[in-house]
This record gives sequence, C-alpha cells and structure tokens, in this order.
Amino acid sequence: MRLLPCGDRALLAEFATLEAALAAHAGWSSAAPAGIVELVPAARTVLVRLDPGVLGLGAAEQWLTAHAAIATAALPAAGLVTLPVVYDGDDLAVVAEAWGCSPHAVADRHAATAWVCAFIGFAPGFPYLVPAGAALPPVPRRATSRPQVPTGAVALAAEYCGVYPRPSPGGWQLIGRTDAVLWDADRASPALVTPGTRVRFTAVRP
Amino acid sequence: MSAVRVIDPGPLAFVQDLGRPGLAALGVSASGAFDRAAHRLANRLVGNDEGAAAIECLLGGLRLALPAGTWFAVTGAWSDAVLVTDDGRRRVEPHTATLVASASELHLGPVTHGLRSTVAVRGGLAVPLALGSRSRDTLAALGPEPLHAGDVLPLGPEPAAPVPAADLVPVDPPTDGVVELGVRPGPRHDWFDATAWSLLLTSEWTTSARSDRTGVRLEGPALARVPDLVGVELASEGMLRGSLQVSPDGAPTVLGPDHPVTGGYPVIAVVVDAALDRLAQLRPGQPVRLRLVAGRR
Repeated sequence: MRLLPCGDRALLAEFATLEAALAAHAGWSSAAPAGIVELVPAARTVLVRLDPGVLGLGAAEQWLTAHAAIATAALPAAGLVTLPVVYDGDDLAVVAEAWGCSPHAVADRHAATAWVCAFIGFAPGFPYLVPAGAALPPVPRRATSRPQVPTGAVALAAEYCGVYPRPSPGGWQLIGRTDAVLWDADRASPALVTPGTRVRFTAVRP
Repeated sequence: MSAVRVIDPGPLAFVQDLGRPGLAALGVSASGAFDRAAHRLANRLVGNDEGAAAIECLLGGLRLALPAGTWFAVTGAWSDAVLVTDDGRRRVEPHTATLVASASELHLGPVTHGLRSTVAVRGGLAVPLALGSRSRDTLAALGPEPLHAGDVLPLGPEPAAPVPAADLVPVDPPTDGVVELGVRPGPRHDWFDATAWSLLLTSEWTTSARSDRTGVRLEGPALARVPDLVGVELASEGMLRGSLQVSPDGAPTVLGPDHPVTGGYPVIAVVVDAALDRLAQLRPGQPVRLRLVAGRR
C-alpha cells in the first residue's frame, strides 16, 4: 500500500490489485475512527476523506498504516444478486471481436461469468463489476459516447461490466438490458448492488 | 403551515443544505451548498441551524413571495435586493436578518459582486429529504428539482433559538479582481513535471463560462504530463471537492460540490478547504491564481 497526498483533508491509498483495494475498504469501513468522513473505493485505490479538525493527516496516516493488516483480508462478500438480461445490445459484434467469438457466444460467456462489484462510480448505483475468477479480454470504449443510454442497459468497457441505473450519456459497449431496478433513492437500500456484491446474469427472452 | 412561493427563480436556483456526505460508496457525492460559509451565515442570521435548507441562486434575479412574520437573510453574492409591499419598496441590506411585516415580495437584482447568493428563511425550507439531505445534486439528479415559478416551499417549525440581536454583519463582498486559491499536491502530482507545476503556480488563469456545480474550468496554458505518462489511462479513483483534475488536452478543472464520485483524469493538486467557498463566487472571465500552501506532505 502507498499513501498518496490529496490536499489538506484527504489521503489516497493505492494498492497493487483491485482485491487489495476492496479488502482495505471493507476492513477500514468496519473500524474507522471518528474523523474519517468517507472511504471511497475504486479500481486500485481507496480515497480517505477526513475532517482535519477531528483527525489530522498525520494521525490518519498512522491509523491507516497500523490497520493495513485487515486490508489483506479476503474479498468482502455482500450477498448475491441475479439480474435477468435480454442479450440484444447494439454492440454485441464489437464485444465478439474483442473476445474472439461469435455474438451469440458473448451472451453465453457473459452469463457464465461470476461477477463481483468492485466499486460504484459514474452515477448513483452504477456498479463496476469484474469477473470473480479469470479475467475476460478487455473491451475498448466507443470512440464517441452515445448521448443517451437507456436505463437497465448492460454494458462492457475495459475490464468492467456495468449496468446503467438511469438514462445517461455513455461510452460503454451495450450487450443487453435488464429490468432490475439498480437505483431507487426511496428504497431502504437505494443501490441494488454495492461494493462486494456478487452478481450473476441470466439470459431471458425479450 | 407557512410557506414561501417562488415567483421567478431567476436564471437558476436550487434548494441546498450542507449535503449528504458518507454515501460515496453508493456513487453519491456529498453535494450541498457551494458557498458553505454564506449558507451557514444566512442560517445563523435568522436563528436557524447552520445546516437548514436554503435557496442558492445563480446571478440574482430571484423573486419570492414571503408571508407576513417571516424572517429572512441574503448572503453570498451581492445584488440590489428590495422588499416590495403594497405600501412601496424597501431596500434589503445584505447579511442582515430582515422581518417581513406584511406579506411582501423579495426581489434580488442582478449580482454585482460574486455569482451565487444564499437566501435563508427562518424555519428553513421543509421540502422532502432525499437520502437524508435537501440538497439538489445536479449531476446525480438527486434531491429537490431546480426551482420553478409557482413552486411552494413549506417552512419548517420555528427554531428554538431566537433571531440573534446582531446588527449588520461586516462581511466583504466577493472580490471582483484576481482570486487566489491555495492548493496542496494531489495524488498524481508526479504525473506532471516542473514545467507544468511552474505554469500551474505562476499563470493567471481565467474562469471559464463552462463552469457549474460539477466543476469550475480554468482557461490558460496546457499542463503537459511527463512524457512517459502521455496517453496512459488512469484507473478511476475517488474524487474530492476541490480536486484539480487535468484532462488529456492539459486543461485543469476544479471539481465542485456535485462532482462525480470517481474519475479517471489525474489530479495534480487539490484546493485547500479554506479556499473552497471562493470557487462558488468566481464569475466567468474572472482571473484566478493558484498558490502552493505549505503542509505536512
């Protein structure tokens, strides 16, 4: 773990792997002292936002370093969510080329993969999912973003699979759509999938 | 229940409180008042909790119908404000609690100094909460919709604290000249070499008109990465209000309260907490200088 400077009220902890970053986020979240306002997990990092009046940068650095051990614990498990998908996305052919298979096989491979939510970003409830096992070949982003990607679109980019919680512009490759509600601010748990949640996709007919 | 009615929101007006920190793991930014000091002051002036919901309006032009017996205060950007009743017009002093004796309209003129004004009303705006806050997050489309003519904003119960007896609070208007913002190194400070850092700290930057609550763009020289990192994609990482991210063309943007939770552009520096409120008052075209503030790292 490397602790990088981030202004006068935050530190950025950087890790070698996604698993280490996720485990650190889970470990620190369960034991954070007063003064740690927020822990933001991402691909290789955890942003640690502080209230410097309560916990100074130096004290925070010491605490994070002393508790780096729990950061090596196993990947957190936060339940399993199954999302029904109609695999009729406009970009199946692009993904098929990246994966070296037929468009039909893209759906099979995607549904056969056990995914886990690495972090949420981009928009409320938008999960960045990665394969729990062996990585899939990376998928290039679209050269130009679509102005409007519909709610429930299942999409791929780089090493990630994402699901759009609401209509928004987007540059990811679309492979299908789900009617599962990924985000509902009025629900007790607004985000259906949170960091650590395991996700399976099952193919359904339109 | 007592309520405020929006006659005209002006160019753009939102309900804001101090935001919803702690939900970043769900992809939700803290959001909240852009000029936090102005927000807190407006609430203190009318005896509210500092975090009560108030109106943040851009460029002035706001018109509100206020019932008799209401206390309100205007802080942040300066504009000529008047209270209009059947009996005539009365000038409203900034940074002062004003009692509405009989049902009146509050008219804010165009802003003369700064960009965003805060209007707090005693009792606070009791619009519905979204994830624990009444702030409009413009990027996530969370919280109360932007204000429209005809909106009725209910007021909360009379606060326990009285309206403070303080007379005029001596607050300077937001500056019209060069605004200095203190910065500290960001996590990717070493993606940029000494030349870029020198440009960052010695240039006079210009506030872009393409700025909003998501971020304030600064126009000036391009900040080049070190040659080895040109074209390298940074894995998305957590962002902060005040993060100065540099897009691939070398242009810096300082992130505002409604910033995306994560981003993939390297953050060269971060504006210090004490300077963040000044971002809210930067007018398009206003010059900005960045100064490195000493600190632990």
